[in-house]
Amino acid sequence: MQRYFLSKLGQSILLLFGVLLLVFVMVRVTGDPASLMMSRQASPEDIAAFRERMGFNDPVLVQFSRLISRAIVGDFGASLHFTTPAMPLVVQRLPATLELALAGLLMAVIVGIPLGLVGGFNPGSLIDSVGRFLALLVQSIPNFWLALLLILYFAVQLGWFPSFGRDEWKSVVMPAFVLGLPVMGQIVRLTRSAVLEIRGEDFIRTAHAKGLEPKTIYTKHVLRNVAIPLVSVIGVQFGYMLGGSIYIETIFSWPGMGQLLEQAIGWRDFPLVQALAVFTSLVVLGLNLLTDMAYAVIDPRIRYGR
Amino acid sequence: MPMILEVKNLITKFYTLDGVVNAVNGVSFDLEEGELLAIVGESGSGKSVTMMSLLGLIPSPPGKVESGEALFSGLDGQQDLLKLSPQELRNVRGGQIGFVFQDPISTLNPIMTIGEQISETLTRHKGMTREEARGQALQLLAQVGIPDPELRYKSYPFQFSGGMRQRVVIAIAIACTPQMIIADEQTTALDVTVQAQIVELFKRLRELLNVAVIWITHDLGVVAGIADRVLVMYGGRPAEIALVDDLYERPQHPYTVGLLGALPRLDAEESKRLVSIKGTPPDSLIPLQHCPFAWRCQFAFERCWEEIPPLIAVGDQHQTACFYDMEKGEARDG
Repeated sequence: MQRYFLSKLGQSILLLFGVLLLVFVMVRVTGDPASLMMSRQASPEDIAAFRERMGFNDPVLVQFSRLISRAIVGDFGASLHFTTPAMPLVVQRLPATLELALAGLLMAVIVGIPLGLVGGFNPGSLIDSVGRFLALLVQSIPNFWLALLLILYFAVQLGWFPSFGRDEWKSVVMPAFVLGLPVMGQIVRLTRSAVLEIRGEDFIRTAHAKGLEPKTIYTKHVLRNVAIPLVSVIGVQFGYMLGGSIYIETIFSWPGMGQLLEQAIGWRDFPLVQALAVFTSLVVLGLNLLTDMAYAVIDPRIRYGR
Repeated sequence: MPMILEVKNLITKFYTLDGVVNAVNGVSFDLEEGELLAIVGESGSGKSVTMMSLLGLIPSPPGKVESGEALFSGLDGQQDLLKLSPQELRNVRGGQIGFVFQDPISTLNPIMTIGEQISETLTRHKGMTREEARGQALQLLAQVGIPDPELRYKSYPFQFSGGMRQRVVIAIAIACTPQMIIADEQTTALDVTVQAQIVELFKRLRELLNVAVIWITHDLGVVAGIADRVLVMYGGRPAEIALVDDLYERPQHPYTVGLLGALPRLDAEESKRLVSIKGTPPDSLIPLQHCPFAWRCQFAFERCWEEIPPLIAVGDQHQTACFYDMEKGEARDG
């Protein structure tokens, strides 16, 4: 278990290093990061001064080691737009993004798992057919389009929910719904197929042959095995929701990391973009680590390193 | 000896998209208390489906037990297993009738400890508390020859070898001291030395518990050393049933002769070591109109293509479903 944890931790650190390298290279692929970051109206003298100030004249290796040593203490330089340190600006936005992703995930799980279970235990039933159709539908609908429709109907026409911002508890409902919907579809389908697969396993036949009550078989034997693929998919999806809610945050003007990223790109605020990229990776990596742990708790084969 | 199980004219079908599969087409046999009956046949001969039908383990749909009787004389007197409610059947399964399935890798829950998997049978049928069940499970583990039960109780199936897992599966089957055990191809997935160990273990346990056993296999070699009687099945029907020595010395069905001939022999000439039966098993999608073996039988004559042969007595406890008398070289009368 300890070895498993340490190896996963090592992998995460390596990945983080990879992210830093990528961030470093991205800014420099055009050759001159300074001209990329400055506005077009800037004079050559201004650009040269900026280049000197940012240390872009130093050898590449020196620049990279500087990035790494600063990153370790969370220093990604000052935001060009806000002229304050970039990292605190990013961290400030975390609660909003977390709230949105959690609300979306909660909805996806609370609706998706029961629907998948019912379908898996009663394949071909009416509720199964409805569930499968819905799952396919919500996975195929482009959610920026759905977001606009929801705003039009529930915010503009009915006035039930605010169309933007994060001022009251109602604000989170629509963006979380849109964000969680495709995940819900995936959870329905995954749960259903996992239940069907596990129910057909030989050890379930053994459980029946032992004369166990169906209720015991479902909870002790089927559900615990279904939980294994479910946990890993939920973990991965939660990561996507945290990092990938950019356009949903933008559409609903949700003051999270996604919205900040969209703005930072518009401002050509590279230090801020870098801080966002690294921080998001950090959160996702931490989340994956948590998922791996949960995985090990459920599945002894992983716990004992096989 | 009193009978523990009498099966009469069992018919099981599977209603699939390809048509109706006639898996079991009228099987009758009986089992004495403490007896070991081997059911032998190739894949698709209906031997496993027969046993699963008796205990409601056929996946339904598509499977359906169409008719028949299965009188089981267990703790609650004689009852027809096919007429029991699902709840009553669950009380019999695992309690009075134990199961040993083939392939111990997939028959144990991979994420539950060995101990839990044994104890849950005990808490279910014997009304034991978890603590009592644990004590009993430790004894069972020792009984089936697993060293260091205390440690092994907490182990998971993947930490065991194939032979050890099979021992665990046997421990589960005998946990509630059943009157009867059904062992389905239990040695097939094991290598030969482990196979021999499991057969030995089974012999020992059988004497100890005086339990009746139905041993389903396609391996006549394993059966020879352990069975009292052998039922040979073909095409979902019994082909021949006899005491084990009788069957090996005086097989009365061309299929049995073929099966015995198909045993690999070390003492034969190189080119004749492994003989196979020509042809393929019957298509179970076609309802039986005649002897299922007629296509592959060198002795088949007109009558074999016209009726389904019933079991005909040809000796003491020896019956065969064949119209042809191979010893006399002519058709049987009647």
